[in-house]
Amino acid sequence: MSTTYDIAIGSEGPALEVRDLSVFYGETKAVDSVSLSVPERGVVALIGPSGCGKTTLLRCFNRMNDLIKAARVDGAVEFGGVDLYDASVDPVEVRRRIGMVFQKPNPFPKSIYDNVAFGPRINGFQGDLDALVEESLRQAALWDEVSDRLGDSAYALSGGQQQRLCIARTLAVKPQIVLMDEPASALDPIATQRIEELIYELKKQYTIVIVTHNMQQAARISDYTAFLYMGKLIEYGPTDAIFTNPREERTEAYVTGRFG
Amino acid sequence: MTRSERPVDDAARTAFHRRRRLAGSVFAVVCGAATLVGVVALAVLLADVFADGFRELDVAFLTSFASRFPERAGIKAALAGSIWIVSLTALIAFPLSVAAAIYLEEYAPRSWVTRAIQTNIANLAGVPSIVYGILGLALFVRALGLDRSVISGALTLSLLVMPVIIMAAQEALRAVPSTIREAAYGLGATRWQVVRTQVLPMAMPGILTGTILALSRAVGETAPLIMVGAVGFLAFTPQGLSDSFTVLPLQIYNWVSRPQDEFRALAAAGIIVLLTLLLTMNAVAIILRNRYSSRS
Repeated sequence: MSTTYDIAIGSEGPALEVRDLSVFYGETKAVDSVSLSVPERGVVALIGPSGCGKTTLLRCFNRMNDLIKAARVDGAVEFGGVDLYDASVDPVEVRRRIGMVFQKPNPFPKSIYDNVAFGPRINGFQGDLDALVEESLRQAALWDEVSDRLGDSAYALSGGQQQRLCIARTLAVKPQIVLMDEPASALDPIATQRIEELIYELKKQYTIVIVTHNMQQAARISDYTAFLYMGKLIEYGPTDAIFTNPREERTEAYVTGRFG
Repeated sequence: MTRSERPVDDAARTAFHRRRRLAGSVFAVVCGAATLVGVVALAVLLADVFADGFRELDVAFLTSFASRFPERAGIKAALAGSIWIVSLTALIAFPLSVAAAIYLEEYAPRSWVTRAIQTNIANLAGVPSIVYGILGLALFVRALGLDRSVISGALTLSLLVMPVIIMAAQEALRAVPSTIREAAYGLGATRWQVVRTQVLPMAMPGILTGTILALSRAVGETAPLIMVGAVGFLAFTPQGLSDSFTVLPLQIYNWVSRPQDEFRALAAAGIIVLLTLLLTMNAVAIILRNRYSSRS
């Protein structure tokens, strides 16, 4: 059985409640009975060595694993009291409300404007699209750099700008939760810093779950940290506690750089 | 660096380097020669055809029907027939093939049925065209009662080119990075929206290239069209789907097989027309591809 860690949840309740979640790729168990609560309006970091299941776990939160034919999910992820894996839930609707930013910047081969407008358009947005695009680009701290060239191809942007564009694109569909899968791993230190500052701003409005390889990054930006090892949740708690006073020996070994 | 780590024999090393560089040069020359075989053959063919056919090529040749008299014979019926056939084939085969490719790549479950279909398509692409002719004769001309008509020919050629277009389209769809699909799904797109708004536009240049290559093959086909009743001598252009027709390769063959030299010259002129049609199609493909690429 897994251990459930208590998290001080505010009055708004948890954004996500993960119960006994396991993921299988064929015969391989990639995530093993994980339970955790993601608090509203905060940053939860998932850390652990390569192959520990953190990305797989993250992709369960908006049912991206559905797209991998061999993957099978057991357990529950509750979002607003509804299990995302209930038969009545439409994964398309889940992904609209729980957005995702990927490891490598993956803008569409379209203009900057069309990248941001894509999500609202496919979701039948009725309203001032120009205003929404501007608002999203401002939220992603990209507006000042691109406001005079919205018609240019997104590929003309630098890697860091592309990643902020991808964040703007995600924000444009007004998700409640933003999942980020190592969003800065393909970026240089300066671009990384900008993404981290952005996450710091975004957490005032959004719940963010971020996978990262970079422990300093987890320590800098997250409120809660979950340490996964070989598919299991080893420890979960306030980031301060995980990094300064971990309860588990393996957590300590990992955060102090003794393995991983 | 100590003495024992240094190359013992500098002369041997130099010889080795020289041999290695020589082998590289020889390889480059051999590959260059292999490239030239195709180019030279094509150049000789073109020169020969142009020498024979160029003086026959005039407006009258393009606007006259076939005739027993070489000086009055023209290619109008065959050119019109070829354009009819290839246009109809494109209209029929392109949407069907793209739809099939999208189904196989984006929707079909990874089951043995899918694999069986996939294997069949690959095999169909290698079936000799005369077999498609026999199929067309049995199915369209006889069973469906379409008779020896333009539509029978176009349907037959559609069957012939579909496997090739399907495979080219699948290849193009597979080449769309999965990160683009994920990005679209992650924004709440349905599968249909992902395909329509992202995957298909990105794959379109590849699909169009494959389609035009397949259609170029169709333009040059003779055997299956003879099977479904293309005629060698025709004094009118098709006015509708159920009219009889002839096509350029058939007209060319018809002229080549006549004893008089004048007809050989006509055949050469016909070949020039056929090649021009092919090059025009390729040009259209390139223009379409560039338009799609620049838009995305």
